[in-house]
Amino acid sequence: MSTHDPIAAAVPDPSKPTLDGTTNQYLSFFLGGEEYATNILSVQEIKGWDTVTRVPYSPDYILGVINLRGSIVPVVDLRVRFALPNAVFDAATVIIVVHVAGTRGDRIVGIVVDAVSDVYTLASENIKPPPDVMGAVDHLFVVGLASMDDKLVIILDIERLVTSSVQGDSKAA
Amino acid sequence: MSIDLEMEEILNLFFEESFEGLNTMESGLLTLKDGTDRETINTIFRAAHSIKGGAGTFGFMEISGFTHSVETLLDEMRNGTRAITPDALQVLLQSVDVIREMTQSAQAKQPIVMVGADALSGELTRILAQKVPAAASPDSTAANAAATPALAQNSEIHGEVQPPTRDHEPAIAAAAGALEGWRIVFTPDASLFKTCNDPMRIFDELANLGMLEVTANVDNVPSLTDLDPTQCFLSWTLSLHGAVEHARVAEVFDWVEASSKILYEPIYGGERCDVNDRPAVDVPQTAVQRSSGQADLQVVPQNAAKAGAESGSLRVATEKVDALINLVGELVITQSMLSRFAEKFEPEDIESLRRSLAQLTRNTRELQESVMQIRMLPIGFSFNRFPRLVHDLSRKLGKKVELKLSGESTELDKTVLEKIGDPMVHLVRNALDHGLESPAQRLAAGKSETGTLELNAFHEGGSIIIEVKDDGAGLNKERILAKARERGLVESDALLSDEHIFNLIFVAGFSTADTVSDVSGRGVGMDVVRRNINDLGGHVQIFSTQGKGSTIRIRLPLTLAILEGQVLRVGKEIYVASLVSIIETVQSTRDNLSCVAGRTELFKHRTDYLPIIRLHDLFGIEPDSRDIADGLLVVLEADGRRVAMLVDELLAQQQVVIKSLETNFKQVAGLAGATIHGDGTVALILDVPGLIRTFLERQSVQIGRAA
Repeated sequence: MSTHDPIAAAVPDPSKPTLDGTTNQYLSFFLGGEEYATNILSVQEIKGWDTVTRVPYSPDYILGVINLRGSIVPVVDLRVRFALPNAVFDAATVIIVVHVAGTRGDRIVGIVVDAVSDVYTLASENIKPPPDVMGAVDHLFVVGLASMDDKLVIILDIERLVTSSVQGDSKAA
Repeated sequence: MSIDLEMEEILNLFFEESFEGLNTMESGLLTLKDGTDRETINTIFRAAHSIKGGAGTFGFMEISGFTHSVETLLDEMRNGTRAITPDALQVLLQSVDVIREMTQSAQAKQPIVMVGADALSGELTRILAQKVPAAASPDSTAANAAATPALAQNSEIHGEVQPPTRDHEPAIAAAAGALEGWRIVFTPDASLFKTCNDPMRIFDELANLGMLEVTANVDNVPSLTDLDPTQCFLSWTLSLHGAVEHARVAEVFDWVEASSKILYEPIYGGERCDVNDRPAVDVPQTAVQRSSGQADLQVVPQNAAKAGAESGSLRVATEKVDALINLVGELVITQSMLSRFAEKFEPEDIESLRRSLAQLTRNTRELQESVMQIRMLPIGFSFNRFPRLVHDLSRKLGKKVELKLSGESTELDKTVLEKIGDPMVHLVRNALDHGLESPAQRLAAGKSETGTLELNAFHEGGSIIIEVKDDGAGLNKERILAKARERGLVESDALLSDEHIFNLIFVAGFSTADTVSDVSGRGVGMDVVRRNINDLGGHVQIFSTQGKGSTIRIRLPLTLAILEGQVLRVGKEIYVASLVSIIETVQSTRDNLSCVAGRTELFKHRTDYLPIIRLHDLFGIEPDSRDIADGLLVVLEADGRRVAMLVDELLAQQQVVIKSLETNFKQVAGLAGATIHGDGTVALILDVPGLIRTFLERQSVQIGRAA
């Protein structure tokens, strides 16, 4: 109702980032010195680093599972997922808890990032489609690129990224 | 809107009460003998009466109309003006089924199909018309007179299903004498073949009863590319010509009845010309066609609604809720005691803080137990269906069976209770068909003519045991062994223990039955039974003595939500294993170890050699020590296989709450789930059968690579 309400100000489609002339809010975070962002409506909460229980037969970027108020939630280290160097754990390391559509209702997954940065409001025309070559980050997971002041922010399709990470073949790694 | 909601609530209450009443009627009818136990028949009558009244109030005139004619018959039995004959009881039992079906349709907000009810009305009228010697009293004539308008009213209500040209009066007259045959629309569930039922057999049996015309309806058959040959897409319209009782026709469909849509339409003699020529049958035909066209809508949702209703709500005894309220009351008191400390805390308060915390611990534990209790239901809910099943089945098989139930009040988790029903039905059918002999065979074997089937449930440790026990022929070891050799399941010179031989009957497709009947014998089934029970974390054992009978013993965990666990440590990681699967834990000396082919390590445990699972290798953990003599060997058993698992240390034994890994993550080989420790960290729960399977698979892969 009030224009100050960030959620109400955002557009109807909650999780899918769109390119159709609307405005969305994005939460940005750092991974190995680069700035990435995800649609804020996928984000459930941000929590500090916690003890993770390793799960056997998981790829290296699945750090394990944590207890999120009684639910067992897997944790994906995006720095390992994107093969970024120096994945250190320090005071700024946080887990962003996101919810994405799963096979049976919503799936809750934690992603580890170096630090959270900012919330940006971006109009879809300010988001440029990604180039075909994105290095370690598969361009399938990138919605687009946005220039903020003079920095580059990479907008991720968190749903696709998380689903592929969590469902990947456990014996592959 | 709130009125709508309230109405909905009241309606649901009516449905719930009606189903309860129908169950009461059913169990009452099964115990009813001509000894005329007044109280039993009164109970049945009252149940019927409340259903009629309720249905009338809510405007389900079809149900109240039909129930009224049932009530009339019951009333005569109650007044003693009519003898209680097996024939009448059978019709009453079928009426219960019909009323239940109508009520289910009403509950699912679907049109009530009257064909079954109409057929039975004919039967009821026939019975009511039969003059019983003692029934010459004026009071029964009055009742008879009352029945006729009731039936006439019946036909008025569902005029759309009834052929309009058919006047009910002649129909009743005809029903008393000149039944010419039956038109049956048989729409089986798609899973027909999977339940080992062959429609051809049913038709053959029908053909024995009279002249049979079969028309198949192929409308629902998909194109060849989409066709799943294991599914049944056909439905049939059958015309059976012959004065056969409804009961005998229905008997043929006994085995498919539950999963199929079967509509019976009597063909009466007086109307034969109409029947063969025009509207009279064309009308029901279209009615029938319409309902077969809606088959997907009608059959499936009904089942779905049923399944939904089963898991959706829970009836809880008032004492359980009261206990819960008491506990919450205590918890509130404890909480206020504790919050006092937050305001002002003096060092000397430490003792009373400790006391309060101890009380909180106790309250929490009690509360947890009570909440779990709510999900616990007596197994009687599952046993209740068996008297009817045994009654129907023994009639069909021509065997005399006495069913004994014990331990009905043994409680187990609702989920387990719901999932154990089908395997139990299968075991009971098996026991009746294969286990118990016919009266003649039993007499020849020097046993009493009536066989005994016992269903028994009791608690043992943290499990519930359910036994299905018969005093029939028992399993024939030689025959099982011969069959197994024939199929190459067993080496011809292998010596097997009894247990091993009996377990062969769980192999998929295994059957020693000489003839395949529609009851059982195709060898599908026992493997499904075992798989279902294993899925619930239980296991099955068979004990049998030839000539004396067999006992199938099912062991199940009381609940799927909590596990008696043994906490284990390997390196820095903590795992939980179900205590039930642990036989014992031993420290090994080097003398007890040996190695086969330089790869498979074996541990000599008593007289057995058990393969050793190194959990650290399997899960990729850095252990304290790789030397087996430094660690502990936990002897595990699952699916009849034993292994020794190497771990570093055993920690506490405790109850753990099972959490799903799959909800947010996925299934992981060797893990059954996760649990949360007191400190908030997650520990993974080992899936012992899965672990053993994974291990053996890896072994064979390694051996394959080495070769």
